[in-house]
Amino acid sequence: MSRAPYERPITSEWIFRHPRYLRYMVREFSCLFIGGWTVLMVWGLHQLSRGPAAWGAFLELLSSPASVVFHLLTLAFALYHSTTWFNLTPKALPVPFIAAAHYAGWAALSVVILALAL
Amino acid sequence: MARSNKPIVWGPFAAGGTLTAFLTPVLVLLTLLAALGHVPEALAYESMRAFASHWLGKLALAGVIGLSLWSAAHRLRITLYDLGVRADALVAALLYAATLACTGLAIYDLLKV
Repeated sequence: MSRAPYERPITSEWIFRHPRYLRYMVREFSCLFIGGWTVLMVWGLHQLSRGPAAWGAFLELLSSPASVVFHLLTLAFALYHSTTWFNLTPKALPVPFIAAAHYAGWAALSVVILALAL
Repeated sequence: MARSNKPIVWGPFAAGGTLTAFLTPVLVLLTLLAALGHVPEALAYESMRAFASHWLGKLALAGVIGLSLWSAAHRLRITLYDLGVRADALVAALLYAATLACTGLAIYDLLKV
């Protein structure tokens, strides 16, 4: 006697079965915002290469309400990506204070870039 | 042992993930300030052009853009699989091709600045 082979159903409802799974998905969805923002920067670079007027138009595009909302969401997702990434460093590199060292480096780098850019 | 192309796609993912963890929040903060009307000095046309004109600036911009896009594309590929999209070869081909196209455009524009 033979039976039809079992086929595991493919679903995405598992995300909601546990808060941990949902946090995992939120972390993974950060890629949409980081990737989207980077594509926006590629467009900015294109406008930069076309001269001051095109760059001005790009800055104008940035200040639209949709862009402001997108930036706020991207900042939140990017911060979440950073913390989850640094919290995993002890698993990749089991050295004392490795996560703390990453947080310190992150803070220092951010301050230096802000100081240079503002 | 079966040959695997995993290290080739995973290496840039890890590098890009680390790079975006360190850099993206502060860079997004800068463009957010510009979006709110307080354009940082570094984002003024002359300073951006000067930065993108120097070979070190070009290298930094191309590297950050390429690795950020690659890590986002790779993560999106894995996420789509987790969500039940089983056409992994197609998804991977589309996402990696889009990444390479965007990075190529960025390099092309950088060479023109």
